[in-house]
Amino acid sequence: MELQDIIKEENIVFKKTKLLNDKPLSYCPGCGHGTVHRILMETIEELGIDEQTIGIAPVGCAVMAYEFMEIDMQEAAHGRAPALATGIKRVYPKKYVFTYQGDGDLAAIGTAETMHCCNRGENILIIFINNGIYGMTGGQMAPTTLEGAKTSTSPYGRDVSTMGYPIRITELIAQLPAVRYVTRQSVHTPAAVRKAKAAIKKAFEYQAEGKQGTCFIEFLSNCNSGWKLSPVQANKWMEENTFKYYVPGDIKDNFKLLKNPIIE
Amino acid sequence: MINEEIIIAGFGGQGVLSMGKILAYSGLMSGLEVSWMPSYGPEMRGGTANVTVILSKERISSPILTSYDTAIILNQQSLDKFENTVKPGGILIYDPSGISNPPTRHDLNIFSVEATKAATERNMSKIFNMIVLGGYLKVNPVVSLDHIEAGLKKSLPERHHNLIPANIEGLKLGSELIQRINLYKEAC
Amino acid sequence: MSELRLMKGNEALAEAAIRAGVDAYYGYPITPQSEVMEYLMKANPEKTTGMVVLQAESEVASINMVYGAAGAGKMAMTSSSSPGVSLMQEGISYIAGAELPCVVVNVVRGGPGLGTIQPSQADYFQTVKGGGHGDYKLITLAPASVQEMADFMKLAFDLAFKYRNPAMILSDGAIGQMMEKVELFDPIPRRTDEEVALQCPWATTGRKRGTQKRVITSLRLVASVQEEFNIKLQNKYKEIEEKEVRCEMLQCDDAQYVIVAYGSSARTSMKAVEIARKNGMKVGLLRPQTLWPFPSKQIETLINNGAKGFLSVEMSAGQMVEDVKLAANGKAKVEHYGRMGGVIASPQDIYEALKKFAK
Repeated sequence: MELQDIIKEENIVFKKTKLLNDKPLSYCPGCGHGTVHRILMETIEELGIDEQTIGIAPVGCAVMAYEFMEIDMQEAAHGRAPALATGIKRVYPKKYVFTYQGDGDLAAIGTAETMHCCNRGENILIIFINNGIYGMTGGQMAPTTLEGAKTSTSPYGRDVSTMGYPIRITELIAQLPAVRYVTRQSVHTPAAVRKAKAAIKKAFEYQAEGKQGTCFIEFLSNCNSGWKLSPVQANKWMEENTFKYYVPGDIKDNFKLLKNPIIE
Repeated sequence: MINEEIIIAGFGGQGVLSMGKILAYSGLMSGLEVSWMPSYGPEMRGGTANVTVILSKERISSPILTSYDTAIILNQQSLDKFENTVKPGGILIYDPSGISNPPTRHDLNIFSVEATKAATERNMSKIFNMIVLGGYLKVNPVVSLDHIEAGLKKSLPERHHNLIPANIEGLKLGSELIQRINLYKEAC
Repeated sequence: MSELRLMKGNEALAEAAIRAGVDAYYGYPITPQSEVMEYLMKANPEKTTGMVVLQAESEVASINMVYGAAGAGKMAMTSSSSPGVSLMQEGISYIAGAELPCVVVNVVRGGPGLGTIQPSQADYFQTVKGGGHGDYKLITLAPASVQEMADFMKLAFDLAFKYRNPAMILSDGAIGQMMEKVELFDPIPRRTDEEVALQCPWATTGRKRGTQKRVITSLRLVASVQEEFNIKLQNKYKEIEEKEVRCEMLQCDDAQYVIVAYGSSARTSMKAVEIARKNGMKVGLLRPQTLWPFPSKQIETLINNGAKGFLSVEMSAGQMVEDVKLAANGKAKVEHYGRMGGVIASPQDIYEALKKFAK
């Protein structure tokens, strides 16, 4: 049997979603962004909602997300994605709207926009990539950087007495009554990717119901270049350190808190 | 040719702004150009309130003025502030209650209307400002009673339309109460 | 059927927004323009025209909500006063950079900083010379009456959509708070989603399969691409400057001296011109209705027709006077007269200044 005989439509077992184009991703090899892009676009394609979906790109590593995602998108100013999403969703309540934001964008400069969007229960999906560092600008401290972690702006490690504590914004958001679904996922193993994709699907299904209620998915991600580790080492470090402070799992579902969000 | 520039001034809560509004609305009803310009800022809360109302057959230039054809004065501070801003030959109307130093200019047509007293006696404090307005319209009928009624209908929310007859009564009372003050006579 | 009403400037503007078929108002309260949102909330147009009215958490959020809705092709607006408009500058720059149509209303108060709540015109520079970062321009309309507060709302959206450019209505506390007669235009139905998609093929309304995706962005990382865009913007601005200047000229035909004033300063100046004419002075008033584009050619024409001097009357330390000087180009005397900090110059004050100027 020749190779040409094998490459046939009926033999295809995996195909890249049509909603991601062939442009090389601008992310570092091993970064979680690429995987989240893929499962997000796959879900939108599988649900058949691509013609009704509008995405908002942030400022941060995913600033060019609209270059790769083959759906209508808007690029927000730093931190303002939830405001743009609100503006769109309110005039198109039947369309699907999501934001895609990093930790600096969502949990620092855009805290007000994020909190109030969730507090109004805007019927949108917020995707929050938390890698504990400012990747795009070259590895500065993020609001989510772990205590003691070294970054270019915390070269001696994050000192919580002067730099504040790593913020668990996802737990804070879960407290808001108008928030419908809050979960913390990761994409560092095939099993985690499957669970994460199911979470995205659930969020869009909730959005389809047309009720008010924000869905919020945090993705713990590595930043191997920022952490100065290989992708494998970075994922291991994440499991051993990040997961202890930011515990993966569902936090709130269908407006019901599943666990005490205050974690010691 | 109507071109009447009026200042109405008193304490906040005396119905200064609403009196101006009713006058402006009535002007609108009678086909005039109108403007209503409140003084606002720190003066709005608790202190003095005043409003400039202009009724004119022609396009109104400045809604903000420093001299007036008519001043309607409801407290001492306002009298002190505005007596000298009335144009010679103009009209000054005041409510004597709360006025310890009455107006002194000899080149004005000065009138008093005892609105506070009348309103208190009749338990009609809510239409105090309409009594004053009635006095003014007797002296200078820039708008007719019909236009005032139409103006009230337009400016008051429907649920308050039952108050219109009382307001009209206030206007009529004011037209009876207004008195010319002759400074020369008093001086003699 | 048009309707005659007595309204405050801020209320007329809000009512006109509903009648113009605006899709969304996103705002944050600030004196002296809170009546705009209050009026809209009370009118509750969501029930009648379907217009969205939302109180945001800040001016930063409101302008970015406008950015989102505008990017999706809808007629979106916000209103604020000076300190709030300063906060919006980031968003306005992005909107200009993404070439989106929207309307921002600034009911100007005295500054800098928290300043006063009294009327001012000290945001002229911020509005017509920049405000936010980058080479961009805002189509700027300056209403001088309650009637224009209503009429310019529709005009601002027409121009914003015609040129895909943000438009600013630069008002002030006096025009916002005063009541005048206003003839309200007939309500225009809000566009349906299908009409929006048809009229705004660039808008993010959801990509139809087999068609190009739409991206709303102001990011152009390659310098040459950014420059190409800047050139395109500048060409658009040139076209606006050629076609969209609007102004009113009063008694300018034989005028030796001309007051240039906009907004409530134009009203007090109008009276000053009346007083001056009564006293035998040959003076007129040039009232820009668009501050950008600025009526420079009209000033040039007045000079060619014999005008010797221009007095720019503003409630500021003298901002528009620079544009008057640029227009006069050394061929006529140009000076500024004005009060600051929320103090309004009376017609008499302006007349005195005019006499001094004409000496």
